[in-house]
Amino acid sequence: MTDTLLRAVTGRRFLVSAWPWRGLVYCVTTAVASGILWLLLAVPLTPVFSAVVVLFSGHTSGHLIVAAGLGLVGVGLLALLGPRLALSVARAERWRLRLVGDAPLPPRRRGDLYTDPATWRAVAYAVLLGIVGPMWLGVLGVIGLLVVSTPIAVEYRISVTDSLAAVAGRVVVGLLLVPVLFYLIALFGGAHAALVRLLLYPEPSEELVEVARSRSRLAHAFDAERLRIERDLHDIAQQRLVALTMQIGLARLDLPPSSPAASAMAAAHEQAKTLMVELRDLIRGISPRTLRELGLRSAVEELAAASSLDVRVDAASSRFPAEVESVAYAAISEALANAAKHAATAEVTVTVRRKADRLLVEVRDEGGGGADPARGSGLTGLADRAAAAGGRLLLSSPAGGPTILRVELPCAS
Amino acid sequence: MRVVIAEDSVLLREGLGAMLPRFGVEVVASVGDSPSLLAAVRRHRPQLVVTDVRMPPGYTDEGLRAAVALRTEDPGLAVVAVSQYVQHGYAGELLASGSGRSVGYLLKDRIGDVAEFAGQLRRVAEGGTVVDPEVVRQLMQHRRDPLKQLSAREREVLSVVAQGHSNAAAARLLSLTEAGVAKHIGNLFTKLGLPVSDDTNRRVLAVLAYLRSRSD
Repeated sequence: MTDTLLRAVTGRRFLVSAWPWRGLVYCVTTAVASGILWLLLAVPLTPVFSAVVVLFSGHTSGHLIVAAGLGLVGVGLLALLGPRLALSVARAERWRLRLVGDAPLPPRRRGDLYTDPATWRAVAYAVLLGIVGPMWLGVLGVIGLLVVSTPIAVEYRISVTDSLAAVAGRVVVGLLLVPVLFYLIALFGGAHAALVRLLLYPEPSEELVEVARSRSRLAHAFDAERLRIERDLHDIAQQRLVALTMQIGLARLDLPPSSPAASAMAAAHEQAKTLMVELRDLIRGISPRTLRELGLRSAVEELAAASSLDVRVDAASSRFPAEVESVAYAAISEALANAAKHAATAEVTVTVRRKADRLLVEVRDEGGGGADPARGSGLTGLADRAAAAGGRLLLSSPAGGPTILRVELPCAS
Repeated sequence: MRVVIAEDSVLLREGLGAMLPRFGVEVVASVGDSPSLLAAVRRHRPQLVVTDVRMPPGYTDEGLRAAVALRTEDPGLAVVAVSQYVQHGYAGELLASGSGRSVGYLLKDRIGDVAEFAGQLRRVAEGGTVVDPEVVRQLMQHRRDPLKQLSAREREVLSVVAQGHSNAAAARLLSLTEAGVAKHIGNLFTKLGLPVSDDTNRRVLAVLAYLRSRSD
């Protein structure tokens, strides 16, 4: 499936697809947009032109003052309205871009109107739309006229001369120009749309991309390390502990119940068994297997089942990228642990939902609130992990409750 | 009683092999992965299989898959799965096979109580069902469903019978009379909408039903 007009042009089935018509609509709306832009620009440009006219019609000081005044008003209006107009045009253009392919999300505003680079990119685009747009539209218009006028031209030839060869030649040219016109429409329209993409959806600067990559590498490295620790603990420590507990159990069978060693062994046995439970909880916190194998919902349901609180889980059963699942799980685990520790409530609701290309996780408890992320490292660590995955963590915990922990993570499907 | 053990940790495998004979259990084969388990069972025809849930090569649920496959071949084969964790999906899958007869799901923690563990194996080999108390506890604590209607005493009774104990044993463990236990069981069956029957396996249908619903 081709996703943009410019790429569709190279396809073999281009002429029988919907793309030529989408291109045509794009070109027509480009002409309309260009026209409206000039119409709106007329407001600040009229004083400027008037100033020029005044300047050429006489050279007295009165003429100069009026021309200067008109020029100032024009330039002032242009400075005031220009960027705003350009941003509106940019918004409209982004919307129009859907005609010729998928449009990504718009960039976020950085700084104020005049310092945001996006504003000046929008202005540059408006200039292009106003000046370069009409040029290629003009070329297309001339060829379009040639095509559209074919029947009239043929009629004229037949009535004026009766040279069949000349008439046939004109018809062939007219018909041949139809596919050419469609290709030109697609090429011009596609190139224009590519310019829109280039100017109005700036790529994040290389430096930022590198920082984001290195953060994500770090997060991945931590995940891999967690996995290794979990494997080692499971394969070595847990198995040895089970064997040890079994040996103690066997030894106890041979000890007469009244012997002094019996009670010591019984205590040792209990301690080993407690350690087994604690180790299991520890491992679950490090890197849960259920999460990797069965996904977020199953893993969260296990957390809920093991929790001392009454936890309601409302989660979709779909899988998400491993990194996203792991951060979401860590957040839910931490939130449940916090609720169990601090909240004077037994009821917690966990919601996991996909919204467009984001995974939304919410843990809500009806406890006393007043959670402070600055007090423990758990929440700040989680916020860091969420940020490394390109998402964010929000906490709302007014005194009196409820406490809501919300994590948003990008998850392209 | 003849048993095949499948456990990838050598330490644990050897330990079980040394421990079980003391309780009159004959270990006919000890293996470390699921293909060898399938082969060993077909060769030795044991009464009971004790298998780890996770085994090489994938370390996911190889043991359980092998156990379910073996029970499909021979529904009479008793299987006890031992696991490091309670995993609802996995547990339900095995316990649902063969309508819950001669099957057990236990945490490895239980192996430490050697005599009790041997008893649990014997109960499963005799056709009973043994569900780990931790599984039962998690179900009791959190499901908002008919289990919630049970009184505290009835939950205790269900928890004990789910481990495969007879009425007499339950009465002893809970310091009740046998008649008292029978009365509680009757009540909880009524509350859970299960037909009262002499068949011991019906006693754990309550737990199994919920495990199955979780594995869907």
